[in-house]
Amino acid sequence: MAANTSVIASASRPGPPLWLLLELTYRCPLHCVFCYNPLDFARQGPELATSDWIRVLREARALGAVPLTRDDLESIVAEAHRLGFYVNLITSGVGLTEERIRALKEAGLDHIQLSFQDSSRKMNDFLSSTRTFDLKSKVAALIKKYGYPMVLNVVLHRLNIDHVEEILGMADRLGADYVELANTQFYGWAWQNREQLMPSRQQVERAEAATRRFREREGRPMRIFFVVPDYFERRPKACMNGLGSIFLTVTPDGTALPCHAARMLPGLTFPNVREASIESIWVDSAGFNEFRGDAWMKEPCRSCPEKTRDFGGCRCQAYLLTGDAANADPVCDRSAHHHLVEAVVTRADAPRNPVEKPLIFRSPRNSTMLYP
Amino acid sequence: MSAGALSAASRPAIGVGFRLQWEPVQNAHVLLYPEGMIKLNASAGEILKRCNGEATIGEITADLERAFSTTGIAGDVMSFISMAAEKKWLQIPA
Repeated sequence: MAANTSVIASASRPGPPLWLLLELTYRCPLHCVFCYNPLDFARQGPELATSDWIRVLREARALGAVPLTRDDLESIVAEAHRLGFYVNLITSGVGLTEERIRALKEAGLDHIQLSFQDSSRKMNDFLSSTRTFDLKSKVAALIKKYGYPMVLNVVLHRLNIDHVEEILGMADRLGADYVELANTQFYGWAWQNREQLMPSRQQVERAEAATRRFREREGRPMRIFFVVPDYFERRPKACMNGLGSIFLTVTPDGTALPCHAARMLPGLTFPNVREASIESIWVDSAGFNEFRGDAWMKEPCRSCPEKTRDFGGCRCQAYLLTGDAANADPVCDRSAHHHLVEAVVTRADAPRNPVEKPLIFRSPRNSTMLYP
Repeated sequence: MSAGALSAASRPAIGVGFRLQWEPVQNAHVLLYPEGMIKLNASAGEILKRCNGEATIGEITADLERAFSTTGIAGDVMSFISMAAEKKWLQIPA
């Protein structure tokens, strides 16, 4: 029996995590209404120490973890670089002085992804509820000055999606090499603000057309990724390439997750890197194994020929919309719950009642109010 | 077009923002870049690891022919390097 069990275990041993996201802190100074952070971020435990992060990196690397990580400390970047990670800093830009940009370059940082909330100072500062537009523009210039590939990320939603042309123009002027136009994924704060942030179908189509026109223009090559809003699709995204297949997140308090939103999934416990090695977390923990393979699937996924392509979509979205994380992602038009997604899109297409719900900004105060 | 400027005397180097490295766990060379990773097949890895900005395409080809006891691969090497330059995996200093 024992031999048999170990054969099965080794046959189904997962491949290495290829994408490691270290959420070093929830102390972001911005208050973006579309943030994926958990609504209860204000009551999470204390942050990991530098030595914990370095141990996480070493253990993940030993397991074969490769390319992308998220860091904001020079010593962690240096260790990640030494271990052979391709190190990406995802940042609001706040606090990123010229001195730190230079030190991070020397430590081996590969690239910096800088967020903008819109193309104009007014909207950027409104949507992040901070005065950060000018600061971000300065950081963008420094990123170029120190020879990093410049990756701009702009999250799109109902309030800024009509500015795609201007956003691309701004990215071009700033000398961006890559631009991510990432339509809002509705988790965390974005879920809370979903009605106000959901664009209409017309808005999405206009934004796609503007992106196409920009791509066709001659000139400096700038790669544009347009992440489509999945509520407008008929097949779900292959979320995380299947939970537990390539992606590993470690949150500021050390909780290990197969996706940065997965903490919301009910009935699952996720291990903490203070108590368990990355290998045991990745290979053996129940939380990471729950949605590997297809044994967990229900119909229509179970017998669907596309299950090897999209893995049934997103578990968090299935849970948020249907109450059961093992259901098909209702974005799929084969899901019995697809009408829920259609209803949201229909509401977004309808003319708006002038009296709208206020936006709830991501702030420690609002977090504590929602989750005392 | 950068590909049009290629000749046997060009000295390709790994593009800015890309990193080539050997991954024992995957038993392959990989090319890392912002937001992604390309797992290379054996011949792509052998070509790219020789693109150090100093060796010419002619020298790279000769070295590969020596290492793998073969001949007549110049066309394949050139078309791979041309494709890689278009994808920005490689840069070709003027």
